[in-house]
Amino acid sequence: MRKKRAGMGEAPYKKDNETFTYDGKKVTAYPAEKLFDMIKEDFGEDVEGEVKTFTAGVKKKKEYKEIWLKVKRERFHELVEWMSKIQVPHLAVASGRDAGEEIELIYHFSLFYGIRDSEVSLCVKVSLPKEDPVIDTITDILPGALITEREKQEMLGVKVKNIPDPRRVFTSDELPEGYYPWRNDNDPEVEKELVRDLSKEGL
Amino acid sequence: MAEKTFTVPIGPIHTALKEIESFILTVDGERVVNVELDLGYSHRGLEYIVTHRCNPIQAIYIAERICGICSTSHPYAYVQSMEHAAGITPPERAEIIRAIIGELERIHSHILWAGVAAHEIGFDTLLHWTWKIRENVLDVLEAITGNRVNYAMFTIGGVRRDIDEKGSRQIRSSLQFYREVFDTFVATFIEDTTVKMRTRDVGILTREEAEKQVAVGPTARGSGVPKDVRHDKPYSAYADLDIYPIIPDEFTHEETKGDVYDRIVVRIFEVLQSVHILEDLCDLLESTPGPITYQQNLVVVLNQLKRAVGEGIGRHEAPRGEVFHYSMLNKREQPVVWKVRAPTYNNYASWIPMMKGTQIADIPIVIASIDPCLSCADRMTVVDERTGKSRVMTLQEMREMGWRKTKEIKRRVA
Repeated sequence: MRKKRAGMGEAPYKKDNETFTYDGKKVTAYPAEKLFDMIKEDFGEDVEGEVKTFTAGVKKKKEYKEIWLKVKRERFHELVEWMSKIQVPHLAVASGRDAGEEIELIYHFSLFYGIRDSEVSLCVKVSLPKEDPVIDTITDILPGALITEREKQEMLGVKVKNIPDPRRVFTSDELPEGYYPWRNDNDPEVEKELVRDLSKEGL
Repeated sequence: MAEKTFTVPIGPIHTALKEIESFILTVDGERVVNVELDLGYSHRGLEYIVTHRCNPIQAIYIAERICGICSTSHPYAYVQSMEHAAGITPPERAEIIRAIIGELERIHSHILWAGVAAHEIGFDTLLHWTWKIRENVLDVLEAITGNRVNYAMFTIGGVRRDIDEKGSRQIRSSLQFYREVFDTFVATFIEDTTVKMRTRDVGILTREEAEKQVAVGPTARGSGVPKDVRHDKPYSAYADLDIYPIIPDEFTHEETKGDVYDRIVVRIFEVLQSVHILEDLCDLLESTPGPITYQQNLVVVLNQLKRAVGEGIGRHEAPRGEVFHYSMLNKREQPVVWKVRAPTYNNYASWIPMMKGTQIADIPIVIASIDPCLSCADRMTVVDERTGKSRVMTLQEMREMGWRKTKEIKRRVA
């Protein structure tokens, strides 16, 4: 049952997961630039972004890449569907911020996990206007996205369309309706009630 | 169905786990038919605190205190995200030291988990033995960082303390110790008939479910998903090493089922993997002299961060799975956005398919099998839907149910 150097060197098991189907053809993992071009080709004007390159390693330098995209919200769901045709995308989390007039969500996906040095991170930004912050759910493709979608609803006041479970996750039920902790435009009076600086109170 | 089923809330306070959370189980006799999760009892609002009160350097120490067991994983991901946002490159020696601390932590975290798992199925001798052997790596961590937990080694652009020759000698002697005890470790956990009977086919998570529920770390690998950030997208000194994800069938020579047993196998062999990684890292460390931080003066670093505009992500394969941080800087004292994603956040959802169809006596080990990083409940209430009566079942009672099951299996084996 023991191996001399378990977990080091070439993986002993069959790598059946290294090929993907795209357009009915079997392909291996794409480099980030090619993936980016493919997205550009299929989504045209509706996406914009760039590929960022970073270097890791000490004696053996290796590069890894991240794709940063901005997509129109009408086509966001379609983009996730597009990715899921290649491989079940891994969703790390969705982060978000209050960007003044809009709420900007960033979905952090990655593709080609399971293949050495090939994983590509895709950070997909979607801007939602504050008066109508609605986005489609992706739980129909990735059921695991539910918690992060619920969190965005309670923290940023985003409305996720067709979410299977709209309840709060992390905030308590006592938090007043309409108060969203990650927004910058909260009523200062309400905020004063809710946020206490214990060090200033001598605690 | 409604006439026969019971609702069993477990939580929010439950000592099987380390933090607070609540499960509402619907049971039919002994079998669990449905699970509902109620989270957020220990939400501390750290992201709010950092984006309103802390500068990026102070935030490292907040990040370190997100988790007490994997207290290096969050700073690891956090400093990566900050360095990407501000365009800082740490020196090579710092990258090696970071990976060394990360791997030492993995050894202690997995052994700690093994002890907890042994306790949940009623092997307290094994609990005490595993925690005894865990002390060795904690001593090494204390010797090289000054602390058993919360090592405070990381800083933006490098590490705070160097590992000298004596330190690397200590690490090597610790690795020798773990290589020697590893045979016993395998014999008591993986080759033991009772452990196998108690955990085989319990809490199954299929590969498809694991991918769709975006599971990470040993939970995903136990189901056969070869996902490991150190292998998929190597960062720091991991790029120098040829690591591959541990998949249970390599060691069990059986089909990967995605049950509790498979997750035990993954974690036990990851201890051995970490020993091998550390050997290589020690060699690298000894042959790579140089500075340990790109800028010694913290005021200069802070000023650079205050002026920086940018965003970045940081990913680290923590003992429980991928830790993910996103940070954004925009010419402000505090970071504008900081999003923390701990591995358990993703693994929550995997509990539901795991628990459906298991027995109540298996719930403690199934909960423990993803190595959750949250506190847990000390009691559970059994509500009889027909009569409306409820009674509180303590964790102790539930554990005893689990222990009785183990004893029964032991008797059958004998």
